[in-house]
Amino acid sequence: MAYVAIADRDHEIEHHAPTTFITKYIWSQDHKVIAIQYAVTALFVGLVALILSGMMRLQLGFPNSFSFITPIDYYQFITMHGMIMVIFLLTALFLGGFGNYLIPLMIGSRDMVFPYMNMLSYWVYLVSVIVLLTSFFVPGGPTGAGWTLYPPQAILPGTPGTDWGIVLMLGSLALFIVAFTMGGLNYVTTILQARTRGMTMMRLPLSLWGIFMATILGLLAFPALFVSAVMMTLDKAAGTSFFMPAVMSMGENLSHEGGSPILFQHLFWFFGHPEVYIVALPAFGLVSDLLSTHARKNIFGYRMMVWAILAIGGLSFIVWAHHMYVSGMNPYFGFFFATTTLIIAVPTAIKVYNWVLTLWQGNIRLTVPMLFAIGFIFTFTHGGLTGIFLGNVVVDLPLSDTYFVVAHFHMVMGVSPIMVVFGSIYHWYPKITGKMFNQTLGKVHFWITFLGTYAIYLPMHYLGFLGVPRRYFAMGDTEFMPESAFTLNQSITISALIVGAAQLIFLYNIIVSLKKGKDAGPNPWQATTLEWQTPDTPPKHGNWGPELPVVHRWAYDYSVPGYHDDFIPQNVPADATPATSEHGSDT
Amino acid sequence: MPIAIALIVLVVGSILFHFLSPWTFTPIASNWGMIDTTVDITFVVTGFVFVGVNLFLAYAIIRYRYRKGARAKYEPENKKLEGWLTVITTIGVAAMLTPGLFVWAKFVTVPEGAIDIEVVGQQWHWTFRLPGKDGALGTTDAKLFSVENPYGIIPEDPNGYDDVLVDEAIVHIPLGQPVRFWLRSKDVLHNFAVAQFRVKMDLVPGLETYLWLEPTKVGEYEILCEELCGIGHHAMRGRVVVDEPEDYQAWVDSQPTFAEIQTRTPGDPVLGAVSYAVCAACHGSQGEGLAALHAPKLSGQDPRYLKRQLQNYKLGRRGIHEDDLYGQQMAPMAATLVTDAIIDNVIAYIGTLPDTPAPATVIGDIAHGAELYVLCANCHGADGQGIPRSAPRQAGMSDWYLLDQLKNFKQGLRGHHPHDLHGKQMGFMARTLQDDQAMRDVVAYINTL
Repeated sequence: MAYVAIADRDHEIEHHAPTTFITKYIWSQDHKVIAIQYAVTALFVGLVALILSGMMRLQLGFPNSFSFITPIDYYQFITMHGMIMVIFLLTALFLGGFGNYLIPLMIGSRDMVFPYMNMLSYWVYLVSVIVLLTSFFVPGGPTGAGWTLYPPQAILPGTPGTDWGIVLMLGSLALFIVAFTMGGLNYVTTILQARTRGMTMMRLPLSLWGIFMATILGLLAFPALFVSAVMMTLDKAAGTSFFMPAVMSMGENLSHEGGSPILFQHLFWFFGHPEVYIVALPAFGLVSDLLSTHARKNIFGYRMMVWAILAIGGLSFIVWAHHMYVSGMNPYFGFFFATTTLIIAVPTAIKVYNWVLTLWQGNIRLTVPMLFAIGFIFTFTHGGLTGIFLGNVVVDLPLSDTYFVVAHFHMVMGVSPIMVVFGSIYHWYPKITGKMFNQTLGKVHFWITFLGTYAIYLPMHYLGFLGVPRRYFAMGDTEFMPESAFTLNQSITISALIVGAAQLIFLYNIIVSLKKGKDAGPNPWQATTLEWQTPDTPPKHGNWGPELPVVHRWAYDYSVPGYHDDFIPQNVPADATPATSEHGSDT
Repeated sequence: MPIAIALIVLVVGSILFHFLSPWTFTPIASNWGMIDTTVDITFVVTGFVFVGVNLFLAYAIIRYRYRKGARAKYEPENKKLEGWLTVITTIGVAAMLTPGLFVWAKFVTVPEGAIDIEVVGQQWHWTFRLPGKDGALGTTDAKLFSVENPYGIIPEDPNGYDDVLVDEAIVHIPLGQPVRFWLRSKDVLHNFAVAQFRVKMDLVPGLETYLWLEPTKVGEYEILCEELCGIGHHAMRGRVVVDEPEDYQAWVDSQPTFAEIQTRTPGDPVLGAVSYAVCAACHGSQGEGLAALHAPKLSGQDPRYLKRQLQNYKLGRRGIHEDDLYGQQMAPMAATLVTDAIIDNVIAYIGTLPDTPAPATVIGDIAHGAELYVLCANCHGADGQGIPRSAPRQAGMSDWYLLDQLKNFKQGLRGHHPHDLHGKQMGFMARTLQDDQAMRDVVAYINTL
């Protein structure tokens, strides 16, 4: 039997809307509910990680002033902060959260193709989060090996949490990867198979290109982390020597022999570098749609943007060892990995140019999502450029393992994606809830976050030039560090605490607006993409009512000459008379 | 509008910060000035992009801000513009990468005639080894690490016998001479980094890694570990001293070789008993210590620790702070032990004294102390018996002395001399104890071990 697209079989497929509270909100198979479950869980653990970072900054700014922060605690804080932020917040939120919510709506589908597996994905993710957080309450506490979990240190005494913490961490990661794989297969299959009529791949909004490519990267990269987690667990629990050479510990010779710590690093970064793009590509995609919508202008160079996403995704698999220039691997690798790394700067730069050129000759509405999108361009440009320092192998020599690295990766994969997360939450909040958030509070949140994070991270680069190492509980007397550097550290801490506290404004805004927000209407931003064209806001189970939408144009028909409105939704036929708008913009 | 102004202010502010702030590269002391040059090139290229992109962004926001009735231009792509931007970006990237790769080629190629120095890292100390007159380092085996053979040198290898062993975290190198550091770890990953030298590399157990440099400025520089290696990571410090070549040679000649250490006659307790008479006046005839005279118990203590402390006193690394009154008393006493042989004898004699646990005098919250001791146990052992080549024994030793020394470490009366690197490390740890009560608690807990 010939293949018939899902969109053309819509009437044959039965859609059972959930009826009970539990099937509607708890064991839900609706992608929108699962998306919110993912997002709320991710934001919750993110809050935990934010508090941990505040504790770290307290110690760094005001060393030895707090009895509850010993070196043991400190190294546990940095480890859990890093791992939670990268995996359990950003990866889960971009793919499990935005991916789940937007994929079916943007492609004109009723749900994911495997709703049951989608539900399982969330619940396994939740278990992985619980396992991770449990490690705070076991003897010895969570692991303090650093988020990179490098052996032999990660499983030997002398590092916090080598009894239980590391095992729970590895188990939690393995569970997360199982959850991600179930979700990820779903996202890819849904985008490939469940697009509605007329929605060709080259008509997909860039949000989906970013999420699509990031998911593929995840499906290919996470297995490397999975096997590392399994092997390290065996090294720890069964005494194998995958990553363990002959070493001594606490004055005793151990029985391990012949393993390679560098092998772990290769496996870790074979996952870890694509992971950067697993977080960055969805952010690239989402921010493109934010910029285009609020600038009332088509995204500039759509095809180039798609190719850049594909090129970056592909290249991201052959740059991993730039994390290892000073790891002791064969130094001749440096030539290859520096070259591939700097090549990746080209498609990345093109994306930045195209974002800026999207604003050029636009009609820019400085809404809250737009402010965050502009903030992203600035922070990402900054973080991307400092990446060129670290990618260029010889420049990395003095800067590796210093605060320059910390500043760089926080700008590029901390602040920048978080800017997009906030911008996107504000952007889609009216669709998800039907309510408009408080614009003033949104702007206050933006300004404190944007300026505050720059006050944290710009000076931090310069501590790196001095030579101040990262992952130091305290600097003590270090001769090359002038007194002023300690003062600088205090000011960074103060900025960090202010930025951290300002996130309460965001939480307050999105929670209180659920009740008190004005009704937003179906398409408050006058956007073209399908999710804004649903018959109900918030969309009901099945999304589209009796008939699936049909797509007639790309996602960026803003300000098309000859039309009255400055946007034409994707489901408006090519020969339709210019539509008149029913909804004004409130900016 | 405010966002456009903010972008302009941030761009201008960043440039001003770059040029006006006092924080920049620590002054260089090696041949790797070309790394700094590559950094400068990168700064110029990326700086132009940073300024260009963001000012253009700000301008676009101002010029094309929302106006009622205005309309954006519909322009899906502009192949020519995109092509040009790609070409210009590629040129910029190549301008940064090319010099970088040339400098890297220099870094991976060690010049002929570089002298070899081995760096051995362990949690959380540095030691060093130099090839002897034969110019070759003896081969090693990680399975042979022991208290007696801390470098794991294979005794059957004749090359090892004249190896010069530097059993402390201070190494000297000669000015103007290329030096290749061979890096080796006994336990976990470490990283050998000196800010003034620019270059760094990990120490990996099971591997020998290297880096090379040529020191260009006489002076003393701090070695930092820059790969997370556990709870003492930030306190794993060492020193590298750049000497004039003749000073360097004198330093090398003063260090013992592996053969000398192997064949060194152990201390003679009988001779030591004679020298100990001076010590007995305060520390007691049985080495049991005397609180009234502020002399701690010595019997049962790790001999290596006793020796290091006697040498610290003799070398002026301890007992020099004006507020460290009892340390100041001890310093001239240590000076009476004129030679290393005499020190060895005294310590051998102390080893024969009965190890009766010192009486407990410090009272505190034992449960709280137990929580605090988790940190201490990483070096001193969970049972407080000390870990050879790491940290001394505490259990059964004079508890009032432990308390005094914790205070001294915290206040910098001890461990502040740049060459007392073990002391410096302990200073880091003592400062995590917030107050005297916390110190009493931890000592009270040690009393239970």
